[in-house]
Amino acid sequence: MIIRLLLLLAFLMPLPALAQSAGEPKLVPDVSQRKINIQSRFTGAELLMFGAIIYPRGVAPEGQVDVAVVLRGPTRPIILREKQKVAGIWVNAESIDFRSAPAYYAIASSRPIEKIVDARTAAIYELGLKKLQLSPTGEIQTREVRRFTNGLVELNRKGGLFAEAPGEVDITDQVLYRARLTLPSSVPEGRYVAETLLIRDGRVIMADDSVVVEISKTGFERFVTIMAQDYGLLYGAFAVLISLFLGWFAGYVFGRL
Amino acid sequence: MDIYLPIAGLSVNIVVIILLGGAVGMLSGMFGVGGGFLTTPLLIFYGIPPTVAAASASTQVTGASVSGVFAHMRRGGVDFHMGAVLVVGGLLGTLFGAVLFELLEAWGQADTVINILYTVLLGGIGGLMAKDAWQSLSAKRSGKPLPPSKRRHHPLVASLPGRWRFYRSGLYISPLAPLILGFLTGILTMLLGVGGGFIMVPAMLYILGMSANVVVGTSLFQILFVTMSSTMVHSLTTRAVDIVLAIFLLIGSVTGAQIGARLAQRMRPDYLRFLLAAIVLIVALRMAVGLGWQPDEIYTVQFL
Repeated sequence: MIIRLLLLLAFLMPLPALAQSAGEPKLVPDVSQRKINIQSRFTGAELLMFGAIIYPRGVAPEGQVDVAVVLRGPTRPIILREKQKVAGIWVNAESIDFRSAPAYYAIASSRPIEKIVDARTAAIYELGLKKLQLSPTGEIQTREVRRFTNGLVELNRKGGLFAEAPGEVDITDQVLYRARLTLPSSVPEGRYVAETLLIRDGRVIMADDSVVVEISKTGFERFVTIMAQDYGLLYGAFAVLISLFLGWFAGYVFGRL
Repeated sequence: MDIYLPIAGLSVNIVVIILLGGAVGMLSGMFGVGGGFLTTPLLIFYGIPPTVAAASASTQVTGASVSGVFAHMRRGGVDFHMGAVLVVGGLLGTLFGAVLFELLEAWGQADTVINILYTVLLGGIGGLMAKDAWQSLSAKRSGKPLPPSKRRHHPLVASLPGRWRFYRSGLYISPLAPLILGFLTGILTMLLGVGGGFIMVPAMLYILGMSANVVVGTSLFQILFVTMSSTMVHSLTTRAVDIVLAIFLLIGSVTGAQIGARLAQRMRPDYLRFLLAAIVLIVALRMAVGLGWQPDEIYTVQFL
C-alpha cells in the first residue's frame, strides 16, 4: 500500500516541478484576517490581500506583470424581481431565477481588467462584474439575462456587496503586491474564497485560490441567530416578556417621578 | 454609536433607532395609538429589511401599549368583555395574516400590497379624522356648539344574528361585529406591523358605536394581546423578529410614551386630534408618492 502510494506520488511530483522549471513564477498569497467575527460592534471590515510573486531563479522578467485579486462570498439561489409601472403604480412585474448568485464579489486589479486580459479570458475566470456567471434557470433570452444581471450588479454595488476596484492593487518591484477590499456590515456569513491571478501579456500565468476567509457571527449575535432560527417559540416568548417588562418598568418609573 | 442587528444582518446607529422609537412613543402616548404605522415605514426607509421591520415593530407596540393598558384599567376604561371578543378575532386574524403573508411573498407582491394597504387605510382614516377635528374646531370658533352626535352603531352591525350585552361599552349587539373587526385588525398587525389602533378606534366609535370612555382603553387592550400574538407568529414563521432592534426601539418608545402622555394633558384635545390627522395624512401621502414615483431601486432580491 505504502509503496503504491509512493509510486503514485513519484508520478505526480514531476509535473509541478516541470512547470516550475519552465520558468513560471509562483504566487504566495495571504490575507490580513482569515476569520472575521461578526459581533455587536461590527460595522463592516477591511481586508488587506497581499502576497509575493516568486520568480524562478529570483529574477523578475522583462515587461510588466499584472495582479488581480478576487474575493467571492458564498453563492446562493435567488429570485431577482424587477418593478415596472403598471396602471400608474410600480409593482414587481418580471422576475428571474439565478441559481448561483454570489453574496459578495469584489475584484481589485493593478490596471483596469479590460486592459490586461481579453474578454474571453475575463469570462473564463469571471473577472469583473460584467463577467459574473449567475446561472439563470428556465428559457430566457440573453438580452433579458443581461438586463437582470446588470440590475443585480447595480443593486449590490450600491449596497457595497459588489465592488470593482481597477488600479487598486499596488505592485512593488514586481514582487510584492497588496490590495484593500472593504466589506459592508451587511455581508452574509460563510466561506469567502480569495483568488489571486498573475497576468502577463494578456495571459493568466498563475492563479491561486487557496486563501479562505471565514465570516461568522460569534458570541451573543450567534446565540440570538440560533435562538431565532431553531427555538422560535422560546425566542418569541422572550421577546414578548421583555417588551411587557420594559413597558411596565417605564410606567412604574415615571409614575414615581 | 453603531450596533449590529443579528437578525436584520446589518449595523445601525443606536441613537437613530432610540430617537425613532422615542418620537413614535411620544405620539403613541399623546394619542393612544400604538404608533406601528410610523415605525414600520421609518425602519424600512432606514434600510431595515421590510419583514424584519414589521416583525420588530409589532414587538415594540406591545411594550408601548402596556403602560397605557394599566392606566386605563385603573380608571375602569377597559371593557374586558368586548376586549376578549376582539382579542379572539385578532388572534385568528394574525394566523390568517401569516398565511396571507406567505402567499404574497411567493407571489412577489408583498411590498406592493403593503404599500397600497397603508395608503388606502391611512389616507381614509386620516381624512376622516381631519374632517372631524376641523368640524369641532370651527364649531368652537364660531361659538355654535355642534349638534350632539348620536351614538349608534352602523345598520350592518344591527343586522348580524345573536346579541350579547357589553355593559361597559353600553351596547347590545352581535358578538360577530367585534369578532370581525378584531380579525381584520389582526391581519393588519401581521402584514403591516401595526397595532391597528388607528383603525380600531374610529371603527369602535363609528361602526360599533361604543361609548367613548372605554374606546381607547379597550383598543389598547386588544392591541396588547394581538401584537403579542403577532410577535409569536413571526418568531415561528418568518423568524424575522430582531430582538436587539426591538429592545432599542422599546427603550425609546416606552420613555417617549410617558412624556407624550404628560404632554397630552396640557394640549387641547381638538388640536391633538388635528395633529394626529395631519401626521397620518403625511404618512399616507408619502406612501402614495412611493407607489407612483419611480423607486430608487427597481430590483429586489429574494433568497430561496
